Amino acid sequence: MSYVLEFEKPILELEKKVAEMKALAGTLELDEQIADLERRIEELRAEIYSKLTRWQRVQIARHPERPYTLDYLAHSFDEFIELHGDRCFRDDPAIVGGLARIGEFTVVAVGHQKGRDTKSNLYRNFGMPNPEGYRKAARLFRLAEKFGRPVVTFLDTPGAFPGIEAEERGQAEAIARNLFIMAQLRVPIVVVIIGEGASGGALGIGVGDRIVMLENAWYSVIAPESCSSILWRSWEYKEQAAEALQLCATDLERHGIIDRVVPEPVGGAHRDPQTMFATMRHILLEELSGLSSVPPEELVKRRHEKFARMGVWEELSVEQ
Amino acid sequence: MPWFQRKTKNIQETSPREMPDGLWTKCDRCGEIIYKKQLEEHAYTCPKCNYHFRIGTAQYVKLLFDDGTFVETDTHIRSADPLEFVDTKPYTERLRDAYRRFGPSDALTIGYGSIGGQRISFGCMNFAFIGGSMGSVVGEKFVRAVRRSLQEHVPLVVISASGGARMQEAAFSLMQMAKTSAALTELSDAGLPYISVLTDPTTGGVSASYAMLGDIILAEPGALIGFAGPRVIEQTIRKKLPEGFQSAEFQLEHGFVDMIVHRKELRPTIIRLLRLLT
Ligand SMILES: [Zn+2]
Repeated sequence: MSYVLEFEKPILELEKKVAEMKALAGTLELDEQIADLERRIEELRAEIYSKLTRWQRVQIARHPERPYTLDYLAHSFDEFIELHGDRCFRDDPAIVGGLARIGEFTVVAVGHQKGRDTKSNLYRNFGMPNPEGYRKAARLFRLAEKFGRPVVTFLDTPGAFPGIEAEERGQAEAIARNLFIMAQLRVPIVVVIIGEGASGGALGIGVGDRIVMLENAWYSVIAPESCSSILWRSWEYKEQAAEALQLCATDLERHGIIDRVVPEPVGGAHRDPQTMFATMRHILLEELSGLSSVPPEELVKRRHEKFARMGVWEELSVEQ
Repeated sequence: MPWFQRKTKNIQETSPREMPDGLWTKCDRCGEIIYKKQLEEHAYTCPKCNYHFRIGTAQYVKLLFDDGTFVETDTHIRSADPLEFVDTKPYTERLRDAYRRFGPSDALTIGYGSIGGQRISFGCMNFAFIGGSMGSVVGEKFVRAVRRSLQEHVPLVVISASGGARMQEAAFSLMQMAKTSAALTELSDAGLPYISVLTDPTTGGVSASYAMLGDIILAEPGALIGFAGPRVIEQTIRKKLPEGFQSAEFQLEHGFVDMIVHRKELRPTIIRLLRLLT
């Protein structure tokens, strides 16, 4: 493993030891010790991963080897043809989309896309879309509606890009328009939060009938670091901020903001991508089947009711 | 006693920080000393440089509505603390303080009344109330204002002023962007006009949802309007922002607002627009 999270260091230590022992070649006694150590590694990993803090999950969600949108499209789907451009300004590589086939379903798939290295991250703008990314998504949503295909979106962004050109081209309008379009789209929409779900930049492709979320993904109104800097006026309170925001999948399921938590392999999606891809395929087929027989009017009505219910407030018995 | 010092039961008081009491006030932009009475006559704008002072809902109600026709509704909806959120102090404490200082309307006042004889459903954000931040109450009240439009078949006019989402309600706040936008699709389907008025400042989650979804979008001169706050942008790109960046004039130039309207012209402009649309 090339990238190790702080809390995984004890595992790495043991793994190094195993590697050293393996290099010393095989007496029977040594083999037994190696097998023993490998068991301990798995136990340790299971233990660490059974009691992750929210901040640790945020780190897993940002793991540079974590599967991204295009990985799921390549491995959980049977076919994918990428389509480019917002027909207005330019193609935004931070949001990808196109026609995809999974089992019996042809869908329009749209997702945030991060890069793997410096070069591809510069190209993908670290998965931070500009307005043209949201407008490309909007164009693809309309395409889906025209041809009666369900929409699947993948959320994985540190946020909509806060830049001069993004503001000049109407970042706020682009996101707002997508919320409006997705709310009235007459085809099923399945939203999957696969990594980082940062604020309006994530929600901009995140309105749907079913919202599912990977176990180690996070989704909130702000990233923990930024929350720390604003509310605590220091970057040092990111752990507390992550706890306070309750930004993990099980939190959001409890609060009725997402519908389903998708389990990841022990150690996170990146440790066993093949299993993750298979799980994703299975979940998407289930979700798409569940929505396929709902008439469009009913879908839209239920979607509106779903979002209208969101929020917690108190109503005093008498107007004061 | 001038009307703005009167304690009206249903109407939001203005933050004293934004409109200092006393006979005279100083223009934040040009430094002109302005007599309070004169300021009121100029709809709280500087007679010398046109600077638009931040004002509260009570002033907007007075400026826009036919006398005595506005009725505030839904003041019994209060913010809860679903996450038991504590940063440097508990959210419940912040709420208690804000309700005590600024009244029961939270960051959005809603109601109905007549403007030029036309009945409308109305919303006005209260920037003084935790930065005009949108939490569950703002989202729910916005949706109720939309519902009133639908039920009475009348236009919706909403004045925005917000720093964005209310962080202490985390994902609940985020979802209000979707909730309010979804409600607006119903208004659109019913063919009812929605006029969105952007005032200083309109940023973050409010700008990226209902504020930018008006059939017609008006903005007050000089108002800061955008998605990301200027400080965040400067930190990201490590450059100083150009003069006038994210101003109402900038938004007009880039095609995101229909017109910039001096506050004195706001009422007649809305009346004309509604007459042409209804
Ligand atoms: Zn002045």
